[in-house]
Amino acid sequence: MLFPASFWFGVMLILPLIVITIFSFGERAPNGGYIPSFTFDQYLNLPARFVAFKNTLTLAPIGTITALIIGYPLAYYLVFKVADNKKNLLLILIIIPFWTSILIRTYAWIFILGSKGIPNLLEYVGIENLRLINTSFAVLVGIVYSYLPLMVLPIYVSLEKLDKRLLEASSDLGASNFKNFINIIIPLSIPGIATGCMLVFILLMGEFLIPAFLGGGKVFFVGNALVDLFLQSRNWPYGSAVACSLVIIMLIIVSIYMKFINSKNNREEVSII
Amino acid sequence: MKKNITKKEFLKELRKYEKGSTTRREFLGRTGLGLATAVFSAYGLSSFGSKANANIGDRVVLATWPNYHDVNNFENFKKQTGASVRVNVFGSNEEMLAKLQAGGSGWDVFVPTNYTISTYVDEDLIEPLDLSKLSNYNAGSFEKRFSDAGKVNGKVYAVPKNWGTTGYVVNTKHTKKTPTTWKEFWDLTKTSFSGRTMVHDYQLTTIGNALKYFGYSFNSVDTKELADAEKLLLECKPHLFAINSDYQPSLRNGDAWMSMCWTGDGKQLNSDLPEMTFVLGKEGGELWSDYYAIPKGAPHRDAAYALINYLLDPQVNSKEVLAHGYPSADSRTNALLPKSLLEDPILYPAKDLLSALEFGAAVTLTDPNRAELMARFKSA
Repeated sequence: MLFPASFWFGVMLILPLIVITIFSFGERAPNGGYIPSFTFDQYLNLPARFVAFKNTLTLAPIGTITALIIGYPLAYYLVFKVADNKKNLLLILIIIPFWTSILIRTYAWIFILGSKGIPNLLEYVGIENLRLINTSFAVLVGIVYSYLPLMVLPIYVSLEKLDKRLLEASSDLGASNFKNFINIIIPLSIPGIATGCMLVFILLMGEFLIPAFLGGGKVFFVGNALVDLFLQSRNWPYGSAVACSLVIIMLIIVSIYMKFINSKNNREEVSII
Repeated sequence: MKKNITKKEFLKELRKYEKGSTTRREFLGRTGLGLATAVFSAYGLSSFGSKANANIGDRVVLATWPNYHDVNNFENFKKQTGASVRVNVFGSNEEMLAKLQAGGSGWDVFVPTNYTISTYVDEDLIEPLDLSKLSNYNAGSFEKRFSDAGKVNGKVYAVPKNWGTTGYVVNTKHTKKTPTTWKEFWDLTKTSFSGRTMVHDYQLTTIGNALKYFGYSFNSVDTKELADAEKLLLECKPHLFAINSDYQPSLRNGDAWMSMCWTGDGKQLNSDLPEMTFVLGKEGGELWSDYYAIPKGAPHRDAAYALINYLLDPQVNSKEVLAHGYPSADSRTNALLPKSLLEDPILYPAKDLLSALEFGAAVTLTDPNRAELMARFKSA
């Protein structure tokens, strides 16, 4: 029974990690690729990608928090304010964009944020020459747009299964709606928030398409550095070292985050998957 | 007053992009999507039941660039030989190299660019061509520098397909006089074109053309010269609209006014919007040429030779040129092309402009210092 799962983890997760770890101690062949060796040169050279790590570690948390700020009220609205017979329709509307390739959707944003899109409309109200496309702001918009459903759905699930009788009981005992929200709804939806934030954050750390498209190639993420290292300069060992470092940084951040969340939420252990 | 982009315009752009006509290769390469989606056979799916030619088999697999052939030629090839042409489309030379290095590509013919051929020979990935099987190849009818670039150590590994240049396109609505040099390209970027210039997301051309500002070789790997180019690039970075090889959409919608540009894109932009002027820097820059080559272990070798030979036939090749719009270096083919095409200053530039251009070198592409310079430029 466990075989498919362990096979999956072995072949799709552990094996590739072992390969990039081995590669990261090697050297680049003159025509690109890898020659076996044992050197720490690739890791010593990591500061050359400092800006990429800095950009990623700045925009990934900002993107996650923005998605949470927009996603939580949306999920709350769906669970508490929408009639049951309309819920499924609205949920489907949230998921529908996923039916189209992220490439096409991101491409659409190039036109929306380009000078004939939103900046053109803003000229009617007197805001001239606003540059949106190819800025960090455009990347943030693209990120939040693309990953919002991944934030909304786990929060929706945790709010949906929240026992509504708890809210009635506390209201009967005189609690205001605001108190209900702070003392009941938020604590009980922490597993959903934690899952949503993790999903979005982890995917953002590896993002390369949105910065390339909406950042005009000027907003450089670790993902973009990796694409260039593997597909352009074919420096596999250095690319592997950058990839390993990214995995390690993510593991550290995620474990600290899990500790923090679980200490806030003693009643049940939060799991990500 | 500018107009909002209409639904129709948007769809038009999208369709062009999907067809691949807005970029030649770079878009796919940069996103890595080329490799992921590379294997789509556009032709010959219905080859079963067609008259099989015992000599060369029923199929031949061609790895090439987007919009680079006349489909009718493939159909005629099938009628003549019974072999259907299956096309794999690629986004960058690096991806082609990666795929052949990984092995098991299944390709019979592929279309590498000049500066990669010696690397393929070094890596033992292609075989010398047996010219007795290519009766339509006549080295003498090609300009020497094009036929010579297919030779490594005196052996012919590749025969010329089409060629082109890398210059820049400038929207002359925004300039008083049309610039003519790379120096003006970079100076305009820092001044009146600030926020309106695009450079390729490709170190070969972006660094190469920055080197031309100082009059250095496009292919320089000299530390001091590269340091000068880096200084210029970093100085210009805040003034750039984007670092992106998919430049047609931004030029067409008016966001960008100037961009580094390959021949084919320059021709397409200029045909649709006459104010888009294609400029070859007087200092020089890149001249490139694509080739037909056969990978080692090609599964349908006879069909590979038959296809290359067929496509080299001047009658067939002239139809190819008319379909894709890239110039041919074969004088026999050019003799069959309309005069208007041969006199087109974008496709067939003046001799003095051409003679200043350089072929990209293999070392330029693989030099680790240039790769790192590009990374510093992009992340600055």
